[in-house]
Amino acid sequence: MEENVISITVLDRTENEHILEGPTDMNLNLMELCKAAELEVEGTCGGMALCASCHCYIISEHELKEATDDEEDMLDQAFFVEDNSRLACQIHLQNNLDGLVVKLAPVSE
Amino acid sequence: MKQTDIIIIGAGPCGLFTVFEAGLLKLRCHLVDSLPIPGGQLSEIYPKKPIYDIPGYPSILAGDLVDNLLKQIEPFKPEFTLGERAEKIDKDEAGHYVLTTSRGTQIKAPVICIAGGLGCFEPRKPPIANIAEYEDKGIDYIIKDPEKFRDKTLVIAGGGDSALDWTIELSNIAKEITLVHRRTSFRGALDSVDKVMELANSKKINLITEAQVTGINGNGVLKEVIIKTQQHGEITKAVDNFIPLFGLSPSLGPISEWGLNITKNAIEVDTLDYSTNVKGIYAIGDINTYKGKLKLILCGFHEGTLMVQSAFKYIYPDQKLSFKYTTVTGITELQ
Repeated sequence: MEENVISITVLDRTENEHILEGPTDMNLNLMELCKAAELEVEGTCGGMALCASCHCYIISEHELKEATDDEEDMLDQAFFVEDNSRLACQIHLQNNLDGLVVKLAPVSE
Repeated sequence: MKQTDIIIIGAGPCGLFTVFEAGLLKLRCHLVDSLPIPGGQLSEIYPKKPIYDIPGYPSILAGDLVDNLLKQIEPFKPEFTLGERAEKIDKDEAGHYVLTTSRGTQIKAPVICIAGGLGCFEPRKPPIANIAEYEDKGIDYIIKDPEKFRDKTLVIAGGGDSALDWTIELSNIAKEITLVHRRTSFRGALDSVDKVMELANSKKINLITEAQVTGINGNGVLKEVIIKTQQHGEITKAVDNFIPLFGLSPSLGPISEWGLNITKNAIEVDTLDYSTNVKGIYAIGDINTYKGKLKLILCGFHEGTLMVQSAFKYIYPDQKLSFKYTTVTGITELQ
């Protein structure tokens, strides 16, 4: 692994696999990384955990930091929520997330 | 019909500040917003969050910024039509725009400025296939008159303040309430959470947690909802009304049908003056897009400032406009 660059696999809503390289020293989050790769992630609120437009599922077994109350509150307003649901904007790119696999949650109209 | 110089669609920070810049040029503004209060996202989504990139304010709460903007534009006596969505535009014989809102209010002006941010906020609808069929036939996203639910059997879904508050309020009115929530804990004001727990413990309401409403059935009117629970599988419940309360989410709405050039849910503008492809219609703030666009409040302020200069020339093509600093001339109230 290149220093401070991790690889994250994102499955889009049509199950297409996108392998994204993300820097871990730029305070980036997964929503921003997806947007930069022009994947269909809205990120309406800009990363404040105030919408749920970056809702995704964690597929790999990585240990993520627990969701904050804010994030859980927002997931309450999302749909298609599963046990492995998270908001991508609350997942900060860190070296221990190398190899992470996520899937974008469906969007309701 | 109300008449003004600039109709501003969206009473968020950019729309509000544009009233100030327009006022300096003695142009009057009328703001229209689908939300019942001014401030847009700042009031609706994050009133208690600090903003750190407003020039001159090391930190300011979003709600305070809205209050300050309202104070700043007071001398220019803006008019407000709130709680009504900008629905359609027509042109009269003189070439002026007539805007009609969702409640039929009509406002006339030579210029429209769209400062609509993310679009208009609408209730988030659960992704249940046939839900649209039962809207107003047993499904309500917004409660206007609680009396409508007197002696009815209700299912309320959601875990936020509005779900909790309405459960409490309707518990005295409805025949039976079932509150369905995804988790075991609730967000929302602590005393509301306590109250709901108390109602559940005393069996005044049914509380089903770790559950989601996944389906609805009926024949023209709603008859039952299907609740998927983690512990007991699927439950089918006969109801009169289902009230999903999952907050609001923004959508571009009717603006998308006004003939404007739109890319990825944003209105294309010329950065010279933030005009759109339709003469007399401008777009500023988060709702517009151009090369290098940044969705920042301070950029929206700049856009509104340049936009009113162009609007003035559009409205008064023969008048000269001389630029003056407020420090030199002060603020002259509009009468």
